[in-house]
Amino acid sequence: MGKRAHGQTLGVAVMSAIESEGVVLGGLPEAQLPAAPLRPRRAVVRGAAHRIAGVVFIVCLLVFMIGPIAWLALRAFSGLWQYPQLYPKDWTLSGWRQVFNDPNLRHSMRLSFEFAPIVTAASTVICLPAAYAFSRYRFPGRRFLLISLFATNAFPKIGLYISMAGVFYSLNLMGTFLGVVIVQLIGTVVFMTWIPAAAFSAIPRSLEEAARDVGAGPLRVFFRVTFPLAAPAILVAMILSFLASFDEAQGTFLVGVPNYITMPTEMYTLVLNYPEQVAAVFSILLAIPSVVLMAFARKHVMGGRLAEGFQLR
Amino acid sequence: MSATDIGLDLQHVSKDLGGRTIVDDLQLDVRTGELTCLLGPSGCGKTTTLRMIGGFLVPDRGRVLISGQDVTTLSPDKRPTAMVFQNYALWPHMTVFKNVAFGLRLRKLPKAEVKERVEGVLDLVGLTHHVHSYPARISGGEQQRVALARALVLEPKVLLLDEPLSNLDAKLRVRVREDIREIQQRIGITTVFVTHDQDEALSISDRIAVMSGGKVEQYADARSLYREPATTFVAGFVGTMNTYEATVVPGGVALAGDLVVPCGDLSATGDGVWEVGVRPEDVRVSLDDAGAAADVLREVPRGHYKELVLRAGPHELRAFVGSDLPPADRVSISFARALLYRDGVLHRSATPVPAHS
Repeated sequence: MGKRAHGQTLGVAVMSAIESEGVVLGGLPEAQLPAAPLRPRRAVVRGAAHRIAGVVFIVCLLVFMIGPIAWLALRAFSGLWQYPQLYPKDWTLSGWRQVFNDPNLRHSMRLSFEFAPIVTAASTVICLPAAYAFSRYRFPGRRFLLISLFATNAFPKIGLYISMAGVFYSLNLMGTFLGVVIVQLIGTVVFMTWIPAAAFSAIPRSLEEAARDVGAGPLRVFFRVTFPLAAPAILVAMILSFLASFDEAQGTFLVGVPNYITMPTEMYTLVLNYPEQVAAVFSILLAIPSVVLMAFARKHVMGGRLAEGFQLR
Repeated sequence: MSATDIGLDLQHVSKDLGGRTIVDDLQLDVRTGELTCLLGPSGCGKTTTLRMIGGFLVPDRGRVLISGQDVTTLSPDKRPTAMVFQNYALWPHMTVFKNVAFGLRLRKLPKAEVKERVEGVLDLVGLTHHVHSYPARISGGEQQRVALARALVLEPKVLLLDEPLSNLDAKLRVRVREDIREIQQRIGITTVFVTHDQDEALSISDRIAVMSGGKVEQYADARSLYREPATTFVAGFVGTMNTYEATVVPGGVALAGDLVVPCGDLSATGDGVWEVGVRPEDVRVSLDDAGAAADVLREVPRGHYKELVLRAGPHELRAFVGSDLPPADRVSISFARALLYRDGVLHRSATPVPAHS
């Protein structure tokens, strides 16, 4: 269980490491600010103390966040590695070999890479119109619905899944592909609705009106003006949905077992029935999509193009 | 005037928004090729009126006719109007060329013709470089031209401009408004221009509709609007006007405090209390004692003329005089021309009544 958590939180940890590093470093010069000109020596001492405290804090933070990942990385390539040893004595790829030779594990990898894109696509198709409606129309119950989307993420999911399982049994969805897709969809709805809705709201209505004015019908306005302008935000939402689906374990386990065991659900078995290295290798594999997609999002999506487009209000 | 001379006709148009009547039984006709300004303070309904012409709002009551054809319920993409938005509303993900070409491409015109027409209209608005730049990379004045080109390229029957100059700096504003007028005259397009700036309205319009409270207060050309404002609202909104309560007496008007000011032309005559309006340039100031006595409070040089702030009895008034008038503390004033209003409406006899008879 503990190792599964590693895998699931890895992507988030890396991302927040990137974010918080900037924040903490940015905070440093401020710590030096209260240097009172009247008592220079004391101020210098105090400044130095602040600086040391800041460095210690960053180091602790890095150890806390990078530590588990580093351990995981070492573990995946090591042979026997027991408590008093500071680092592994012998190196081996046996963990990797075992993962890629095990048909169960290979199958779970394939399943994961099938479910995540399908769930993301379904979520996009279902939630984008909802996001547009939330952004552009004022209808009764709008606020209630918006908040209730959050509510599905605010309460412990397992409770939700268990009551869903009841419904799924009566609909014969337990153990089916569709059942797994639906249960994974639940976790993506909040991203695919809130983020695009905010993006749609940020697009001045006059841009759409101008397109209507030159002769475009409502659908064409959406696909030629609204969608391209919201595309970066929609891409971010799709990445988050993909990762939410990819990392989803509880609901998939409940609904999919024994027919559909994806990578995160496989972690349950892995921790109990396989050598430690195999679990470490699998954790790393599970983390790869998160890291890659987050890096991609930072590089290509958060950039200036969106902001630049909105210099005109 | 035959029906075809009227490019745009608003018949008893009303619109309620949020429980308030924004446009109230509005009547307006614009001749083909004419430039009409909707002028008024914010909240007077001018933009709402424009949006009903463009099809972004549907009137609750009344009809909108373009060249005699009823377009009241047509959506914007189906009516022959083109709008230039206040914020230009250029699509940031398309180049200048693509912004202008968008409407033509929707009409599935051949590529060569699209190119030719886009280049033609960009040439018309004087924007031949930057064709392949993105809107964020060009200046506000250039963005404005692109928005105008985008509207004109479709050869609409009616061009709508929603405060198109309000995002430009003062100098550019004057130049661009002259350009707009020049282009409008050249292609002879029926145009409705919304503004709250009277200077803008007076300098480029054929006719101006001054709006207040969702109604047209007066619809006239710039000269009559200024010389004979039909209501006290128009009198106060367009230009400067000295207004007083007064009665007509032989040879002039009697203001409160028994101040009798000699007056040349009076717009009407009759007993009782009037609201009297006098333009500052109609206040005659002299150094003899032919008229009513007034103290000079302030003298403001205005270039080729000066503005005097005067006090006569309990009243303050403004006068525009030639800069050759020597400075003085005490002057005598008379009115060359005064407009008489009752219940806010101008009273006017067929010919101006000389008060000296």
